[in-house]
Amino acid sequence: MAQYLLSVYQPDGPAPAPEFLEPIMRDVEALNREMEEAGAWVFGAGLHPAEAATVVRQQGSEVLITDGPFAEAKEHLGGFTVIEAADLDAALGWAEKLARATTLPIEVRPVQH
Amino acid sequence: MVRETGSRPPPESAGAPEEAGQLEPEPPPESAGTPESAPQGPAGAPAAEAGIAGVFRKEYGRAVAVLTRVLGDIDAAEDAVQDAFTLAVRHWPSTGLPPSPAGWIITTARNRATDRLRREAGRGDKQLQAAQLQAARSPAEPTPEELVITELSREGTVDDDRLRLMFTCCHPALATNAQVALTLRLLGGLTTAEIAHAFLVPETTLAQRLVRAKAKIREAGIPYRVPHGADLPARLPPVLAVVYLIFNEGYSSSSGGPPIRADLCAEAIRLGRLLAALMPDEAEVKGLLALMLLTESRRAAREAGGGPVLLADQDRRLWDRALIAEGQDLVRQCLRRNQPGPYQLQAAISAVHSDAPDGGATDWRQILRLYDRLLELAPGPVVALNRAVALAELEGPEPALRLVDALGLEGYSPFHAVRADFLARLGRIDEAVAAYDAALQLAGNAADRTFLESRLLESRLRETWLPETGPGGAAR
Repeated sequence: MAQYLLSVYQPDGPAPAPEFLEPIMRDVEALNREMEEAGAWVFGAGLHPAEAATVVRQQGSEVLITDGPFAEAKEHLGGFTVIEAADLDAALGWAEKLARATTLPIEVRPVQH
Repeated sequence: MVRETGSRPPPESAGAPEEAGQLEPEPPPESAGTPESAPQGPAGAPAAEAGIAGVFRKEYGRAVAVLTRVLGDIDAAEDAVQDAFTLAVRHWPSTGLPPSPAGWIITTARNRATDRLRREAGRGDKQLQAAQLQAARSPAEPTPEELVITELSREGTVDDDRLRLMFTCCHPALATNAQVALTLRLLGGLTTAEIAHAFLVPETTLAQRLVRAKAKIREAGIPYRVPHGADLPARLPPVLAVVYLIFNEGYSSSSGGPPIRADLCAEAIRLGRLLAALMPDEAEVKGLLALMLLTESRRAAREAGGGPVLLADQDRRLWDRALIAEGQDLVRQCLRRNQPGPYQLQAAISAVHSDAPDGGATDWRQILRLYDRLLELAPGPVVALNRAVALAELEGPEPALRLVDALGLEGYSPFHAVRADFLARLGRIDEAVAAYDAALQLAGNAADRTFLESRLLESRLRETWLPETGPGGAAR
């Protein structure tokens, strides 16, 4: 068994209207339960928008703190799930379900161990 | 002047008609010169060395596929197979080739890998477990000779291994250029240099591409498995694309050597047959196999006298009737299924050519209809170029030239060759000469260059001595 990080990428900008978001959240909840029941779910969370992010980096002996997400982009990490899966195909199967539930692109990355 | 090509293979290995039908079992490796089974016993070093080169080319993919199953890791499998070949180079010159070189290589590679894993125990725990598990399944500790026999009697398993590895190499999580490179390296047994040359990239770039792709397979956990059921429709097209690429690499190699690498064509056809046997419900698999068989059937005619010989000018008596019959039968099966796809349509076009006893009897109207359908399913300038060739046969070179000129394929040698042919037929000899020159600049291999040089010379002669237009074929 290996672990995979499923990252949900969402476009920046105002959150979608509640009537659009609610069914999505229900689908994601249902998928999380399905993952737990299958013994695949390890950890996961949704994130506040990227504007809420702060970057901390070392510069010489100083530490510099700046506002905003690390990477300038039109999409940012909106949430993630760590799953346990037999191989990439199994992980891709869960990613497909997550992409359908969130209607957003999912990046699948193997966790080092 | 038309240059001697110099690098042509001896005539007996260049696909004589009586050889061309031998696809099962595989023909002997073209480049080795010595059939692997011939030098039995201590037959002397040169024979054994030539034999080893042949065995390497022929058996590398098979051995890597088996060892990948045993070890669960491609790099470890490749190392083990390399080890075994290194031993072969050391021993075979004095002992002669073993009765089953492939079995010897696979058995030796497995033993070497198990030894190495035992030595490195702790670092490669998982692989050792996999190897030991494999060993534990065997009824008893077999002698190498027994293993050879087991390995050969399990030819079906070996094929499964190769199919499995094929789906791994062509996994959609890998970029297309990585899929192609991996398949050619691991299953086709091509060297990194050969693949790099074929795809016009520096060898270091290709080597890095292979390293990265193998790392991704390992790190991301891309499985060694034939996808089943719902996954198959999405996973099959890249596999077919890669097989067809291997076939084309074999059919008109751009690596500067002999233009036809029959062993690569045979390899692609073998993989095609394997896919067709294991996936009988997939019409495009049949279509691809039919397309390869029908193309292969013209190899001897295409190559005659240094080739390539245009389809219109080929001596059709050299066509391989058995391959044509098999290909056409597959095309008929596809027609009955009525699930057309790009490979099936290309095979159907090829089958129409195969039907014609001579170039003049070709049913161009039918071919044009099939190209129209192909252009709908798989639009692209290369399909449009081939369609224009068919159109020229029906409506003359002028409307066809207008279509071709709008395609924007200036970097593609056949584009200029087709233009040149149309221009020559229209009597615009200066322009035809310039177009042949452009085609020549872009031609990938010596035989294509020789062919284009002769056409260029012909055009120049016509310009000087024969101002009237002559007939000219275009389709290849």
